[in-house]
Amino acid sequence: MNRNIIISFGLHTLLVIITAMSLPFLAKKPIDLPPIVSVELIQITDKTNIPFAPKAKKIIEKVKEKEKKLVSEQAPPKKVKKLKPDAVPLPDEKIEKIKKIKDEKQNPEKVETEIKQISEFEKKELFDTNNIAALIDKSKVESAETNKKLDKVTQDQNKEMDFGGLTLSEEDALKAQIFGCWSIPLGLPFNEDLLVRIKLQLKPDGSIIKTEILDHARMNKPGQGFYKVLAESALRAIKLCQPLRVPSTGYERWKDMQLNFDAREMLEG
Amino acid sequence: MLFRYLFILLILLPIKAFALIEVDITRGNLNPLPVAVSPLAIDKSSKENFNKILKKKNLGSEISKIVENNLKQSGLFNPLNKDAFLQEPDIANLKPRFEDWNLIKAQALVTGKVTFVDEKLRVEFRLWDVLAGKEMMALAFTTVPSNWRRVGHIITDKVYERLTGEKGYFDTRIIYISEEGSKTNRIKKLAIMDQDGFNNKFLTLGNELVLTPRFSPTNQMVTYLSYFKNLPRVYLLDIETGMQEVVGDFPGMTFAPRFSPDGKKIIMSFAKDGNSDIYTMDLENRIVERISNHPSIDTSPSYSPDGKFITFNSDRSGYQQIYVMSSNGKNVKRISFGNGLYGTPVWSPRGDLIAFTKLHKGKFYIGVMRTDGTGERLLTENFYQEAPSWSPNGRVLIFYRETKTNSKGEGFSAKLWSIDLTGYNEKMIKTKTDASDPSWSSLLSN
Repeated sequence: MNRNIIISFGLHTLLVIITAMSLPFLAKKPIDLPPIVSVELIQITDKTNIPFAPKAKKIIEKVKEKEKKLVSEQAPPKKVKKLKPDAVPLPDEKIEKIKKIKDEKQNPEKVETEIKQISEFEKKELFDTNNIAALIDKSKVESAETNKKLDKVTQDQNKEMDFGGLTLSEEDALKAQIFGCWSIPLGLPFNEDLLVRIKLQLKPDGSIIKTEILDHARMNKPGQGFYKVLAESALRAIKLCQPLRVPSTGYERWKDMQLNFDAREMLEG
Repeated sequence: MLFRYLFILLILLPIKAFALIEVDITRGNLNPLPVAVSPLAIDKSSKENFNKILKKKNLGSEISKIVENNLKQSGLFNPLNKDAFLQEPDIANLKPRFEDWNLIKAQALVTGKVTFVDEKLRVEFRLWDVLAGKEMMALAFTTVPSNWRRVGHIITDKVYERLTGEKGYFDTRIIYISEEGSKTNRIKKLAIMDQDGFNNKFLTLGNELVLTPRFSPTNQMVTYLSYFKNLPRVYLLDIETGMQEVVGDFPGMTFAPRFSPDGKKIIMSFAKDGNSDIYTMDLENRIVERISNHPSIDTSPSYSPDGKFITFNSDRSGYQQIYVMSSNGKNVKRISFGNGLYGTPVWSPRGDLIAFTKLHKGKFYIGVMRTDGTGERLLTENFYQEAPSWSPNGRVLIFYRETKTNSKGEGFSAKLWSIDLTGYNEKMIKTKTDASDPSWSSLLSN
């Protein structure tokens, strides 16, 4: 009887030991690790509206004044524009002047034929008061004709260029410049539409007047956070690059321009 | 007739004249973005209080150093030298003078201030777009002073997310196997540290062999393998409470337990009746389910983030290759077809890529491929390296690399390395001892 009790006691003790050994949390102390304290972030943009530093204010005002001055200093190109209306007098005045010229001319027939040679459209554009003097002076008739012809050629060329896009070399120069300025955000998803279209309004020297993201609405769409990052990187590139390497002539054709920033090629590698 | 031509001309001319010039920009640079991290401003009394508690003379400056270091380590940012800064840290209360920051070529600026409020650390920080001259983000938070290193990591995460468009990975930890001693007699301990190598702690004493620790993708739980009396045993460790428990004893060779995406199951491979297959164990009821059933050796299983698929390696084709199957074990499909042997596949948390180790012509490679096996890219090559583990944002991989020993068997070392998906930013992570088998945690501030 006692023997059975002893065996039973022994076996039970063994069972307890085995259980204790197979449950390490009984034997091991909890590991001392620094607690992970939760951190709650609060948006403070709306709560605070911090002012500009006093110095910065002054500098910004100065810059603005400078910009104003620069605009007034950029008057010379406008002078050229002003010349045009002078050169194209009102129809009545024009007729009067031509009549006067005709009266004063020793050989009016020649002038008439010359006017006939150019179309009505070109006549308005090419009629130049400077040439009137040449027309008055018979000795200058020939040179006036050549000038007219030269003007005609260049203006025709310009017109064609005004209507066309940038030449390959002009486009390449602009692209190469922006390639260097555009830091592509590397965290963008590969399988999304990574195209940002930005419309620019440019000054003749290539600096930016205005930028406009064409798909602006997409920036605030849920799940399109990457688009905002991409658009901002494109805007940074434009600002960093300005003044842009634009052609020295033909401002009218490139004063408005659209840049399509496409990150897919780079990210898909 | 003439009028008709003139009419057509009149219609066409304005169209031509106003055609907007479009230029396609398809290339950019991958240079790190120049960022200025201004030291966080701190008032005199706060400075004294923090100095008493933390023994840090200028906590604002210390936190900004963490941010700077994190940004630099990411390889995506170039923190500018503070000596070049023209504005003092007091700009935390004012809008910065953007011209000054533009002058030193900074494209983004981080400012902020640190205050001691009710025995707590309050931090405000702002991110500015220098070129646009506008505020991009402004956040504030309060925490216990001892959490100050994490504050730096959280700020970095927010800055990183705002500038790159994806979540950061700085407020995270890395669990790994610390190794000491000669190559033939290694003492292996479980260790944990912040992702930047600070706050290193040993979790086991080194009496038992520990292997393959893996973080849960949802919380701060770790599963690892330990040998108890030469029998493999799978453990669960709760990092927050420090408590650990045995999940189960498994006969034969057991390998690499890993969590399912919801953290409710563990997937692993072990040998039963002489055949190594893939099994899952439900952590609530401890029911073990066989997933793969093939006479070949199937090991290293890893779930896709949506839990619908499992990638694993198997030698069923004659050589070790990577396979993908549905989570119920059906539709097994081989995805690796390159030369060499492929192993340790790990599904990216983003779901788009699978990282792997490749052995080819005596060299080890860490690489990535798409989940259908296309687009294989080898990121790094070395004498011996393996066990890639993803950062929580799926942008960076951490792995370990061993060095060759000399003829006397000396010079052996194992270190942790990280590399990002571009393959350029390869860096060694400093650890006190040799280290192997790293696993990256999810964000602590989720």
